[in-house]
Amino acid sequence: MFGQIVWLILRKDFTIEVRSLEIAYTTLFFGISCVLVFAFALVQEGRAPEGGAAGILWIAIAFAGTLALGRTFERERQAETLRALLLAPAARPAIYVGKLLGIIVLLTAAEFVLVPLVALLFQAPLLAHPVWLALILLTGTIGFAAVGTLFAAMLVRARSRDVLLPVLLYPITVPVIIAGVRATGVLLAPDFDAGVLQVWVALIVSFDVVFLTLALWTFEPLMTD
Amino acid sequence: MIPSTSLRARADFDHLAVDDVSRHFGRRRAVARITFRADRGAILGLLGPNGAGKSTMLALLATLLRPTSGTIRYGAHVAGAHGAALRASIGVLGHDLFLYPELTARENLEFFAGLHGVVDRTAAATAALDAAGLADRGHDPVSSFSRGMRQRVALERALIHQPRLVLLDEPFTGLDDASAAALGRRLRDLRTSGAIVVLATHDLDLAEGLLDRAVFLRDGRMVHAVDRPDALRALYRDVMIRPAAGFSRTKGI
Repeated sequence: MFGQIVWLILRKDFTIEVRSLEIAYTTLFFGISCVLVFAFALVQEGRAPEGGAAGILWIAIAFAGTLALGRTFERERQAETLRALLLAPAARPAIYVGKLLGIIVLLTAAEFVLVPLVALLFQAPLLAHPVWLALILLTGTIGFAAVGTLFAAMLVRARSRDVLLPVLLYPITVPVIIAGVRATGVLLAPDFDAGVLQVWVALIVSFDVVFLTLALWTFEPLMTD
Repeated sequence: MIPSTSLRARADFDHLAVDDVSRHFGRRRAVARITFRADRGAILGLLGPNGAGKSTMLALLATLLRPTSGTIRYGAHVAGAHGAALRASIGVLGHDLFLYPELTARENLEFFAGLHGVVDRTAAATAALDAAGLADRGHDPVSSFSRGMRQRVALERALIHQPRLVLLDEPFTGLDDASAAALGRRLRDLRTSGAIVVLATHDLDLAEGLLDRAVFLRDGRMVHAVDRPDALRALYRDVMIRPAAGFSRTKGI
């Protein structure tokens, strides 16, 4: 039953998004704008600052992700459909997981555009180790989205949710973002060190486990009242 | 009443008992010391002006909120211990319609049927569209519907899993006379089928003749309760101008 609810919510969000493309367009537009602004500011005479690409990539992902989180739950707020989801006779964490997977899919799609763009504008060999890069992005995105989905759901009825979401989200996800930046930086270094990379990835995975466990544990009581 | 199509464990019950229930939001008291009972095959009306606590009371009955004090019993069950099983037996039509405007009417109905574990979602959605009188508009997005048509779809969404307890918050809002009459007939059918219907409204003309019991709320407090109410508007006027301290009951609630 848990899996069925997750699948229904994911498919519903995907259907709505394919029809409107609202979140995909705004997230991509925001992410691309962010990368372009940093590229114009930091790339001088065709030379990018060393290690800058990793930071810019994760800033773009974090900003675009915040926008996507807000819009996804705004959609559930407009006709109070979140209440209807909470009325489903299923474990409420299934709703959380369904929404979380939708956000992860959306951010992954945005990363498919942002990574080549950053690699091009910052002349960064991001795609030199594609498997490692995919692992870093996936684990980092899960950690960021795990916290973001919980907070976005909690704040859905708050009047100042657009302000509160980044205020609450960034301080808590800073460890994931920093670890993501450092791990991506290892990929870009001239002397690639797999051992160091493993440490950073392990750190991100640890954050993912802690955040996901806390979110699954707290979602039901937080959403009941 | 309990459908053979549902996969989920459902809590069945023949009455709903609200016992001395209060709910506070911080220092604000939304409802205070409410007590009433609703039985199968009856429509209970929660009547009162805006801000009286009707919607909060429905949210409490729907298990979306927990009482600050007091208990709500669904037959032998209480919400905390049997949350999911109870929700399988509860259908809610909110003031907002709980529909996704980007999805078609059929997609909305199939989605909510799936959430409630109805096995044959297609058949359930077809039956719901027929009941809403929208069989030929099933593939149109809900955003293209009038308020009345949305309301009809939303009602069928709330009923798609054939709930024992049906909670309706201002269901007559935005309906023309024909749609309101059709909704009245649908509610009477629910009563006949053995559902417990709790209806929050301030539209006394439309509630007239429909209610088996009426509970009057003002400022979060229950000020009057009556069985088989008639001349609702006069009764309402009389109850609402009464000093706040008074609680009265007639005909045995």
